[in-house]
Amino acid sequence: MARIEFSDGNSVVIIGSGAGGGTLAHELTRRGIKVVLLEAGKRQSRRTFSQIPGEAFLQLTWLDTRTQSGNWGVARDFPTLPVWHCKTVGGTTVHWTASAPRLQPWELRAKTTYGQLGDTSLIDWPISYRELEKYYEAAESRLGVTRRNGIPGLPASNNFKVMYAGAKKLGYKQVHTGHMAINPQPNDGRDSCIQQGFCVQGCKTGAKWSTLYTDIPRAEETGNLDLRVECTATRIEHGADGRINAVIYRDGEGKEQRQKARLVCVAGNAVETARLLLLSDSARFPQGLANSSGQVGRNYCHQITGFVWGIFDKPVYSWRGATLAGVVEDEAINNPRRGFVGGYRIELVTLDLPTLPLVGLPYGWGRDFASIMENYRNMAGLFINGEDMPRSDNRITLNSEVKDAFGLPVANVHVDEHANDQAMRKHAQGQMSRMYEAIGARRVVTGPTPPATHNLCTARMSADPRDGVSNAWGQAHDVKNLFISDGSALSTPGAANPTLTIVALTLRQAEYISQQMAAGNI
Amino acid sequence: MDEPIPLHRREFLKTTTGLLTGLVVAGSPLALIAPGRAWAVDMTTLTSSEAATLMAVARTLMPHDKLEDAAYALVIQAIDGEASRDENLRRMIKAGVAGLGAGFAKSAESDRVAALKKIESSEFFQTMRLKTAQILYATPMAYAHFGYEGEAYSKGGYLLRGFNNLRWLPEVPLEDSGPMPAEE
Ligand SMILES: Cc1cc2nc3c(=O)[nH]c(=O)nc-3n(C[C@H](O)[C@H](O)[C@H](O)COP(=O)(O)OP(=O)(O)OC[C@H]3O[C@@H](n4cnc5c(N)ncnc54)[C@H](O)[C@@H]3O)c2cc1C
Ligand code: SF4
Repeated sequence: MARIEFSDGNSVVIIGSGAGGGTLAHELTRRGIKVVLLEAGKRQSRRTFSQIPGEAFLQLTWLDTRTQSGNWGVARDFPTLPVWHCKTVGGTTVHWTASAPRLQPWELRAKTTYGQLGDTSLIDWPISYRELEKYYEAAESRLGVTRRNGIPGLPASNNFKVMYAGAKKLGYKQVHTGHMAINPQPNDGRDSCIQQGFCVQGCKTGAKWSTLYTDIPRAEETGNLDLRVECTATRIEHGADGRINAVIYRDGEGKEQRQKARLVCVAGNAVETARLLLLSDSARFPQGLANSSGQVGRNYCHQITGFVWGIFDKPVYSWRGATLAGVVEDEAINNPRRGFVGGYRIELVTLDLPTLPLVGLPYGWGRDFASIMENYRNMAGLFINGEDMPRSDNRITLNSEVKDAFGLPVANVHVDEHANDQAMRKHAQGQMSRMYEAIGARRVVTGPTPPATHNLCTARMSADPRDGVSNAWGQAHDVKNLFISDGSALSTPGAANPTLTIVALTLRQAEYISQQMAAGNI
Repeated sequence: MDEPIPLHRREFLKTTTGLLTGLVVAGSPLALIAPGRAWAVDMTTLTSSEAATLMAVARTLMPHDKLEDAAYALVIQAIDGEASRDENLRRMIKAGVAGLGAGFAKSAESDRVAALKKIESSEFFQTMRLKTAQILYATPMAYAHFGYEGEAYSKGGYLLRGFNNLRWLPEVPLEDSGPMPAEE
């Protein structure tokens, strides 16, 4: 591992080591570029992952305070936890359940496709699906995604058998165990999946892809990576010429440090990425760094999510098996006759016993609540993953009334749902209920929208600098040597779980950065 | 007679202010360690009668008749522990208990439900609901009661232990599923 001097102004500083940051660190270091990788969380390993759900949550989750507002259900059901992501080396790829589908071509033309819809801030992506395709292919082979590149699917779990039978009764055609970044066979130095269902607690076999045990150690092996754990970036600085020249951060002891930089890539997950830019205001950028458009933090998207539980007469044992390994893709289409634009995916889901009442059924009490829990053995689960509509006022702002441990304003997350979001959720819940009823469910229970796990679009790529924060490579419109390297850069969310797209965009960005550096442009 | 098994590590240097006790029931995970014995949970800030009221609150909120008292006692132990470190919580819990009145624990379920309904929006109720949900379902007794098998890494996962043993629905064709991993 490299040691890069604080005064070394030739290094690249990456903030955050998750899907975006971890991948980018590897891609740049393997090309011989020196990288300082700042990660606010601690480093765990397959050995140290706790197998007690409550403990694992505390070990991995970002729990620093945030506030929220707006009419979304999360504000009511999870008042203290608007969003859910990790604070640990590897970021949320330690927590994720590894569903890795692609966006569809029309989803990258969201404004053109859904443009007739009012009250949105939709744009088209500044890149086409054709340009993205080869990076999707590279990302899929990197992550070892199932049903791609000759890798077989995962075997069907009990929970999936229930989903499959219900989906087929309804006439759905595209139903399978998913495009998962989980090894059905050993691959790339990682073991195969043993179907233990602790994907969210950290996968002890490494069957599930995470930058923690792929890209990050590989970046370290190049000798070009200086990974600094428990180091939280608090401000990005620029010189008189407007170019970024340093990152201020707090180290593990709370001491302030200043790392000089040739360029900076922000990959702190969409809420923290926007917050950090807003915290980095200056005389030149009074609204926040790279925010002359006023778009930083706006257009926040989180995808339409939610649980549906089916209770049957016979046991399902849904907790046995990979958490999310199953999908119905037939509804991932744009068919406004359903009463909404955009598509959704029906995905398999299960929750461990301690987590179910906290995340999957966070309301209710008494005999009715208990009777649902009593059926834990006989319960099957489904999850909605759909496209939500961007709105200018759904946004991340600084809440100067509430301060973090360093005395800095925390992020406020504001979401007012679009009528399209609500219509889509209702349709999805209806279809999922019908799937279970068609095969004899005794009862169907619709659960809540969980804290947002897919945080997107808060520094989005746009062709027109007035519509977004970054260009087609995630490079800030306002500042040439500042890059957005995480889910914040997506122009619109689409219906696909976002991580594969984040990795694909990062691979493309890494190529661009190294070319631009070599050409002396940045 | 044996000493009752303490369900939780006692906090030394703290005086016991109250106690919850019960008998280990047959089939309980506790029976593996100490069949036929009594269990006890020390309180460090609540009185025995306050603890008994909270037990009744927890049982009314999440009533699983066949789930043994020891599981609910662990909920109360955790609340007591937190309350002994957090003065505001302590005051709030004690006031909540007092508000329910001395007869709460002994009253009929329908009366307990009615009493709790009236305070559903209070901080006391919300705290009790959340703490009960957080702790009850994470106890070994709840794992046993609900049939949840928990951590499986140490046993090789569920791959060969029933992840696909459901037989009351048709099997999934191979093209929509996938092969079992090859034996090493
Ligand atoms: C339970 C769960 C299940 C999920 N399942 C799926 C799935 O099946 N499929 C899918 O596609 N996606 C899934 N996701 C979402 C997926 O994990 C994210 O899309 C992805 O990890 C986001 O990548 P990122 O690079 O934007 O941020 P992250 O991976 O979250 O990484 C951000 C990192 O930056 C660090 N950081 C933030 N601010 C700072 C700072 N100021 N200084 C230093 N470090 C900082 C954080 O600590 C964190 O480690 C899931 C998420 C959760 C929570
Ligand atoms: S189910 Fe598979 S992917 Fe998930 S934690 Fe277990 S081994 Fe890892």
